Amino acid sequence: MICQECNLRPATMHFTKIINGEKTEVHLCEKCANEKGEMFMGSSPTGFSINNLLAGLLNINPSFQQTPQKTFQQENVLQCEHCSMTYQQFAKIGRFGCAHCYETFKEQLTPILRRLHGGNSAHNGKIPKRIGGTIHLRKKRDELKGELKELINNEKFEQAAEVRDEIRSLNKRLNKDQEGGE
Amino acid sequence: MSLEKFINQAISSWMNEDGPDSDIVLSSRIRLARNIQDYKFPTIFSHDEAKMIIVKMEEIINKGEITKFGQLELLKMDELQPLQKRVLMEKHLISPNLAEDSSHGACILTENEEVSIMLNEEDHIRIQCLFPGLQLTEALEAAGEIDDWLEEHVQYAFHEDFGYLTSCPTNVGTGLRASVMMHLPGLVLTQQINSIIPAINQLGLVVRGIYGEGSEALGNIFQISNQMTLGKSEEDITEDIKSVVSQLIAQERSAREALVKTSNIQLEDRVFRSYGILSNSRIIETKEAARCLSDVRLGIDIGYFKNMSRSILNELMILTQPGFLQQYAGGPLRPHERDIRRAALIRERLRMEKEKEE
Repeated sequence: MICQECNLRPATMHFTKIINGEKTEVHLCEKCANEKGEMFMGSSPTGFSINNLLAGLLNINPSFQQTPQKTFQQENVLQCEHCSMTYQQFAKIGRFGCAHCYETFKEQLTPILRRLHGGNSAHNGKIPKRIGGTIHLRKKRDELKGELKELINNEKFEQAAEVRDEIRSLNKRLNKDQEGGE
Repeated sequence: MSLEKFINQAISSWMNEDGPDSDIVLSSRIRLARNIQDYKFPTIFSHDEAKMIIVKMEEIINKGEITKFGQLELLKMDELQPLQKRVLMEKHLISPNLAEDSSHGACILTENEEVSIMLNEEDHIRIQCLFPGLQLTEALEAAGEIDDWLEEHVQYAFHEDFGYLTSCPTNVGTGLRASVMMHLPGLVLTQQINSIIPAINQLGLVVRGIYGEGSEALGNIFQISNQMTLGKSEEDITEDIKSVVSQLIAQERSAREALVKTSNIQLEDRVFRSYGILSNSRIIETKEAARCLSDVRLGIDIGYFKNMSRSILNELMILTQPGFLQQYAGGPLRPHERDIRRAALIRERLRMEKEKEE
């Protein structure tokens, strides 16, 4: 069968569209199908929700925009090993399957989070007491490190020395906690 | 059942108690989204997992450790009648999602209905605190206490970089949605609201009408809430909203003053016409009722009515919704019958105010 659009290449994509019981069939080659892609794929005009919007955002990721060029076998499927949700599924429904998805899709997720949360991709609020023992300390240490740099840049060495000592004592406590935990 | 008794049973404390700035701010709400570690999110979890979460939470509340908020009660969605769910929804205690779509959904309520914890909605746990007037900080504290208490018994899904993990990436981080419900007739009448809403949106906050469809704000009631949950602390998020709300309060007050100054008689006419409709109509639709109630409430705030309680707007906006009307009627009502019931309920409620006066 020859592609009915260009009449040159063999038709490899076959679409059947049924609207109000009226059936139309379209046979295209891959190239023409890509060009007409929007008309045939998922162009249902009904119901537009926040999830559609979100899904639109999630698909912006360039590594997933190229997929039409590849065949299905070449596509590497990113999948959460705990709940078996794939990135494609996530992008479609806009919801994660489990907490581990965040780690699995971390690379793709960071730019998306930035877009959703006004440029932010890191949590800056409450930390659960039970989990957060060392997170609190580590966050504090990182803050102090930034402070130390600034103080040195401004040549405020006396204050810098104090901050350095504070970082040292925090490091000591962190190391102890780690040993205790292992 | 008498209307008075029905109202007393039906309303939650936020609806009839005064809070700070409650001439303009009707209520403040905090919601925290949490999930339990090692359980799949409600998007895809199994029935067994859903049940286990309910059992776990039931065990926790039966320990009775937290007494500050009074008795806690757990209601399972699949054990409730559709009308009961509808009523909880109309009181903003549960979401439409929990009422209709959740599998093994439940909610935990305190006696005064200030706190409601939804289970197995979009996330495993959603803590909500609803306070009268502008009390976001107080509501955040209360929600935080419940959060700390629950955390003693369950391990939350938490990520060092991303914070509290939620089923939808729009809630991750703090899992916090803070919202304030405001009555802004002055800004609507002077048409300032049209330029204010886009300005607020630019700050990353959302303004929308909470009753009515789409962007239409029924009864001039608007909800202001945060959109972003990641990157800022809980305190900063609530402070941001509070500062915007304070400005809106000031603007609304000066709009009302200007209206009284420039068109007092027109305003008075409008308010008393609306009062006339509410106290005399025999058939009234939601839209008209909301508009008139907003006018009367404005009249109370300005001082055209003495001794009439402000809570009339909060109460009647809630009580004249379809679910409540049917509960009051004791059975299902067709839309036309609801309009008749609604008119009767409002008339009677206004009569109660009058009797109180005499």
